Amino acid sequence: MLAKRIIPCLDVKDGRTVKGVNFVDLRDAGDPVELAWQYSQQGADELVFLDITATHERRKTTVDLVKAVASQINIPFTIGGGINELADADVLLNAGADKISINSAAVRNPKLIDELARTFGVQFVVVAVDTRLVEGKNYVHLRGGRDQTDIQTEDWIKEAESRGAGEILLTSMDHDGTKQGFDIHLLDKINQQIRIPLIASGGAGNAQHFVDVFQQAHVDAALAASVFHYGEILIPELKQTLQQQQVPVRL
Amino acid sequence: MIGIVNYEAGNIFSITAALKRLQIPYGMVNTPAELEQYDKIIIPGVGHAGAAMQKLQNRGLVEPIKQLKKPVLGICVGMQLLTSFSEEGNADLVDIFPLKTLHFDKRVGEKVPHMGWNRLQFDPSCPLFAGIPANSYFYFVHSYFIEYNAAYTIASCDYGLQFSAAIAKDNFWAVQFHPEKSGAVGEQLLLNFAKF
Repeated sequence: MLAKRIIPCLDVKDGRTVKGVNFVDLRDAGDPVELAWQYSQQGADELVFLDITATHERRKTTVDLVKAVASQINIPFTIGGGINELADADVLLNAGADKISINSAAVRNPKLIDELARTFGVQFVVVAVDTRLVEGKNYVHLRGGRDQTDIQTEDWIKEAESRGAGEILLTSMDHDGTKQGFDIHLLDKINQQIRIPLIASGGAGNAQHFVDVFQQAHVDAALAASVFHYGEILIPELKQTLQQQQVPVRL
Repeated sequence: MIGIVNYEAGNIFSITAALKRLQIPYGMVNTPAELEQYDKIIIPGVGHAGAAMQKLQNRGLVEPIKQLKKPVLGICVGMQLLTSFSEEGNADLVDIFPLKTLHFDKRVGEKVPHMGWNRLQFDPSCPLFAGIPANSYFYFVHSYFIEYNAAYTIASCDYGLQFSAAIAKDNFWAVQFHPEKSGAVGEQLLLNFAKF
């Protein structure tokens, strides 16, 4: 049986790991490659790096990061941030990235999903979606949840799948940073409508939240950042808890 | 020394990085003549099997690979290429193994791609899996699978149906999962192959 995946997410800026509380207040939490290696040793199934570097050298710093991770880490990883065209993805593939994640670039230009899937295969293309509830409906948001679009989240995810997304990373901005649990209702609803893997993100505060999202929303993977970075949840203990609750995990 | 067939079908950075970490010497095979320079061959591959076959043909590598008598390890699409046919592009392939590469889509209710860590069943006496605990998890990413066949399947995996996670015939070995991404057990498998 396919194991449910636990994915630490590392936000990286200028080659260093940072994590924002609700994406705004950033704190430095170390060297991304060392952190990645530690997570792989602890039993993380996969890693996601979101590069939020904003300088002109961003492409070079991202490629250097990807090469360093691919050289030293023996589990798969996804890189996101600043991928706007095929050429951006091509250099990351050749630097050793297993998958790339696209977010606002796909919303601005949905054909980018088709092009990436056709060129590199659907397994390479993760579409990340930030969602927030507005007057009872979930809308896609951009720029870390600050900008609302008029696209409903469910519609966008179905479109992304049909265009060739290989996986969806869905972050609830209402839950992100709260440590009150994942948005199980939305994740379950989305998961029933797609046939590609779904990664839950936003709201993890304790091990039970992971048990709940796997048992109740049946997602394929769950992602968290600060609770892992600050040692509030230890991956070996989390996986023991999941196994005790009959959630299949790789131990 | 291991030769890695470099035919521009996907990312070979990860496999070379894994060999480097494991201190397994390797070089690149770009032409048929270069196959002679190594005592073992790895055929990697990611992406579209039909397109990968075309690239192998363009480099004149298909017949020379078929003639090899030294240990060969195909990985992922590099495995699928060694079968006779793939539904991906309806392509005729190298045909070492009289097996077909089929799409999961219409055959299982599970999500496609089959992406993540799944358990293998294998014979513990198989040299490719020496020192690897029974039921170990390996990392898979694929939408097409090779049918189970007791004559060639050395490791099987279950994803809505039983398929070949690894196959072997004479000097040819092939795995559907990514040993270079499968943590310590994947590294053990690469070390085992390096000792063949």
